[in-house]
Amino acid sequence: MDVQSIRLIATAAAIGMGTIVPALAIGWIGSKAVDAIGRNPEAASRVQTMAILAIAFAEAIAIYALVVALILKFVA
Amino acid sequence: MLQISLRAEEIFHIGSWPVTNAVLLSTIVLVTLAVLAYVLRRKLSMVPGMMQSVFELMLEGALTMMDSVLGERRTSEKYLPLVFTIFLFVLFSNWFGLLPGVGSIVVRQGADSVPLLRSPASDLNFTLALALIAVTLVNILGAAAIGIKGRLSVFFNFHGPIDFFIGILELISEFAKIISFSFRLFGNVFAGEVLLAIMAFLVPYLVPLPFMFLEIFVGFIQAFIFGMLTLVFVAMAIVQHGGEHEEHQPKVAH
Repeated sequence: MDVQSIRLIATAAAIGMGTIVPALAIGWIGSKAVDAIGRNPEAASRVQTMAILAIAFAEAIAIYALVVALILKFVA
Repeated sequence: MLQISLRAEEIFHIGSWPVTNAVLLSTIVLVTLAVLAYVLRRKLSMVPGMMQSVFELMLEGALTMMDSVLGERRTSEKYLPLVFTIFLFVLFSNWFGLLPGVGSIVVRQGADSVPLLRSPASDLNFTLALALIAVTLVNILGAAAIGIKGRLSVFFNFHGPIDFFIGILELISEFAKIISFSFRLFGNVFAGEVLLAIMAFLVPYLVPLPFMFLEIFVGFIQAFIFGMLTLVFVAMAIVQHGGEHEEHQPKVAH
């Protein structure tokens, strides 16, 4: 196996495996947020703001994996 | 095959300073925002016209959202310039990057051609600069609110071994914030650009449309997140600490 093939596989693996858990995390956050709004509709806007913030944090981890994949593909 | 470049390509040089296509578009965004602000200021009146009403709505919404984090309107108005400017600049940068002509108008450089304009946040320099500004200002504003000693006591806390360790963690976490801010925005916008380019390459008609909507949405959300996180970090930085070791309650410094 030469370096180019390994690099391709590594690129795909980095992004593939790196987005599994952030996707689950975003799903969990969303479901808890919906639960919370269902219990207490008056707090809806505060829960929504908090949920969007938490989702952005979780997505950032997936973005880190994406950046590693991009570096592997486009930078030497 | 289409060329996707991680780094922004240089278009021309001013003296020995290279100007990239991302810098060009971010300068255009800057000029647009400045002209908009100037025109609005000139036309301010007690009976608002349409543009003034729209901006009054946006400001009221932003101030209300900041109230829910900071506690009172006075503090919101104090920190509105930083947070709202970051939000507007990133928002306009992301949305301008979706206009027709960005990425498609090319400039010939020797053998190959290079896009004239590129979404500013798809350049890591832009997002890193914004992240550095945001985190530096959070620290400066925290020091301005509770004093330099107050701010430094968060990082260098000698009350006990655990507190010292937490202080070290806080210091590391400041740098983690810089990296996280810059890479979140960069990753989202660059990935969006790559996605749009590949979609347009595969099926030029109709199919890129939902992805354009996705990019409009993502552009707004990322601008909102950047501003909101800056706000939350400012809110955490201006709270007076030391209350946990004494009898009285910690209170927010104005």
